[in-house]
Amino acid sequence: MSDPVKDWPLYEIFIRARSGLDHKHVGSLHATDARMAIEHARDLYTRRQEGVSIWAVRSNDIVASDPAEAEALFEPARDKVYRHPTFYDIPDEVKTL
Amino acid sequence: MTPHCRYVLRLADTNLVLAQRLGEWVGHAPALEEDLGLANFALDLLGQARMLFAHAGELEGRGRGEDDLAYLREESEYLNLTLVEQPNGDFGRTIVRQFLFDAWQLALYEALLQSKDPRLAAIAARSAKESAYHLRYSGGWLIRLGDGTPESHERVQRALDRLWPFTNELFDGDDVDRAATGPGIGPAPESLRDAWSRRVDEVLAEATLERPPPVKFGWYGKQGRHGEHLGYLLAEMQSLHRAHPGATW
Amino acid sequence: MPSKVFLCQSWRCRRLREAALMYTQGLDSLGKECLRDEARDGAALETRFQARIDAEDKIEPKDWMPDAYRRTLIRQISQHAHSEIVGMLPEGNWITRAPSLLRKTILIAKVQDEGGHGAYLYSAAETLGVARAELVGQLLAGKAKYSSIFNYPTPTWADVGAIGWLVDGAAIMNQIPLCRCSYGPYARAMVRICKEESFHQRQGYEIMLRLARGTPAQREMAQAALDRWWWPSLMMFGPSDIDSKHSAQSMRWKIKRFSNDELRQKFVDYTVPQADFLGLQVPDPGLRWDDEAQHYRFGAIDWSEFEQVLQGNGPCNRERLEARRRAHDDGRWVREAAAAWAAKREAATAPRAA
Repeated sequence: MSDPVKDWPLYEIFIRARSGLDHKHVGSLHATDARMAIEHARDLYTRRQEGVSIWAVRSNDIVASDPAEAEALFEPARDKVYRHPTFYDIPDEVKTL
Repeated sequence: MTPHCRYVLRLADTNLVLAQRLGEWVGHAPALEEDLGLANFALDLLGQARMLFAHAGELEGRGRGEDDLAYLREESEYLNLTLVEQPNGDFGRTIVRQFLFDAWQLALYEALLQSKDPRLAAIAARSAKESAYHLRYSGGWLIRLGDGTPESHERVQRALDRLWPFTNELFDGDDVDRAATGPGIGPAPESLRDAWSRRVDEVLAEATLERPPPVKFGWYGKQGRHGEHLGYLLAEMQSLHRAHPGATW
Repeated sequence: MPSKVFLCQSWRCRRLREAALMYTQGLDSLGKECLRDEARDGAALETRFQARIDAEDKIEPKDWMPDAYRRTLIRQISQHAHSEIVGMLPEGNWITRAPSLLRKTILIAKVQDEGGHGAYLYSAAETLGVARAELVGQLLAGKAKYSSIFNYPTPTWADVGAIGWLVDGAAIMNQIPLCRCSYGPYARAMVRICKEESFHQRQGYEIMLRLARGTPAQREMAQAALDRWWWPSLMMFGPSDIDSKHSAQSMRWKIKRFSNDELRQKFVDYTVPQADFLGLQVPDPGLRWDDEAQHYRFGAIDWSEFEQVLQGNGPCNRERLEARRRAHDDGRWVREAAAAWAAKREAATAPRAA
């Protein structure tokens, strides 16, 4: 007999701390529905923090970049030095740039 | 012991006994996540109990602290609601017991925000938030179990029928309650019935469960009149503490 | 064919594939050709993989990894997870009898944390492509290992203190190096666990301190617990590495960062002074301070007891598994109900087919 625990979908959890600026991936958990996922995330990942924001996303719904593509996706950016502020030579007299 | 002190002690004992019941579940819940969820309940209720014991001890003025009150009183001195001393049974019965209690406790804390006892009002302010989360959790599970499979539906309907008689006590005011209502320390128990009923009926409907018919039942734990369960519960809870009188831990 | 041509073909194929993936949804036929090339390039992949490890790169779930690395990690992480879950039982045993409300609160929080750690670890294991249900199934069928320390009983309250002090202490020795292990999700789970673990050891030591400074009966209780837990805690680090078959490869892959003996020695060096401070006696007549080496020398470990416990004949092996099986079986109707309810809701809200 198959055990329904297999059927509880996997959710990825992202938490933003009260003092934080963005949601960070903290891990995953199993839940049957969105409401349960949030409650489980609260009990599992926020026992030591207050005033957090929780995002729960079905793992299947996440689209991720492929590590094999990393070179193609990200290498070209390393050559584009003109995007970095240190590339530009601003005279010292101009203070606020 | 004044009625005011007795009133607070009722709340403290109720929270402690229910926390004790929930503590029995840790490591044995249907899923790992529920182990964490039930432990969370136990911790919250234990925290509320400790604040209430401290307050009751002050009101009593005999120098008894939380551990003296929790570990050195007998069954007949315990003033918890009969509902919370009922055994856990299966997860369904635990959830039904929890839900019926949470709906009441939230209504009570909301009313206690206006208490003329400032300490009680402060405790209520902190605890109401926890209570709201508890109701969400227990209500959510009652719906899943009521409207899940035929087996789960049958189990929780049976549990509901079995536990329903213990809800009379929640809304039946006695002398201690009246002594608290007069000076505005606490709400009249009857006044909580409507809010409770509304919340309960809403969830029962979504859970496709039938509200049981009223049953006469007048053995009230809040008056120290308990069945046979509390004795075992206290024996387990108190045995180690009592075995070493005067020791600190 | 000469290998140079192989490499050229493989390189060109790979660049083509990358280009294709960038601009299209992926060309399967092209991918399959590359798989064949990869089999031939197995050695090259392994070399590149080891180079990443040597450079302290983190391996992430979708990165290429040798099968043996994946299997070893699944085994190690899941054993760790099972240990946390089973570990809830010897201490959870005392929640209803804790001798003060504060101790009860702290103990519930600790046991809850342990459950949480199990969840983090199962979650890390799942990133390697195995389902939690499968891992749990292995545990309940008696096919998976977990730390044998949890097959010992907690007959007194002092055992709760001893577990926090010694068992969690030993676990911390193992866990801190794992925060730098090569597999990303495992390392991150360990960082989270280590942050939470420090309170566990302190709560255990504080229990022992109160007992050691308490009544004569409490002191006796504490000493008896130390007598029971000292040797099993040393055995937690595993046999000497010469006897351990997994150690060498795990070290190369940075799944294991220190040897069993190194960690065990460190544990003894840290813990003996803590026992001295408590005024309790470590149950080892062979224990002495070696001033030259700046280490404690300790007596020989009786590994035959360890073997017995490993084989399932420890004092509580059967109880632990029975408890977990009962929880699992008793909870089946609950899990089914939750899944059924969610399925009904999804069916109800699903958009109608066009």
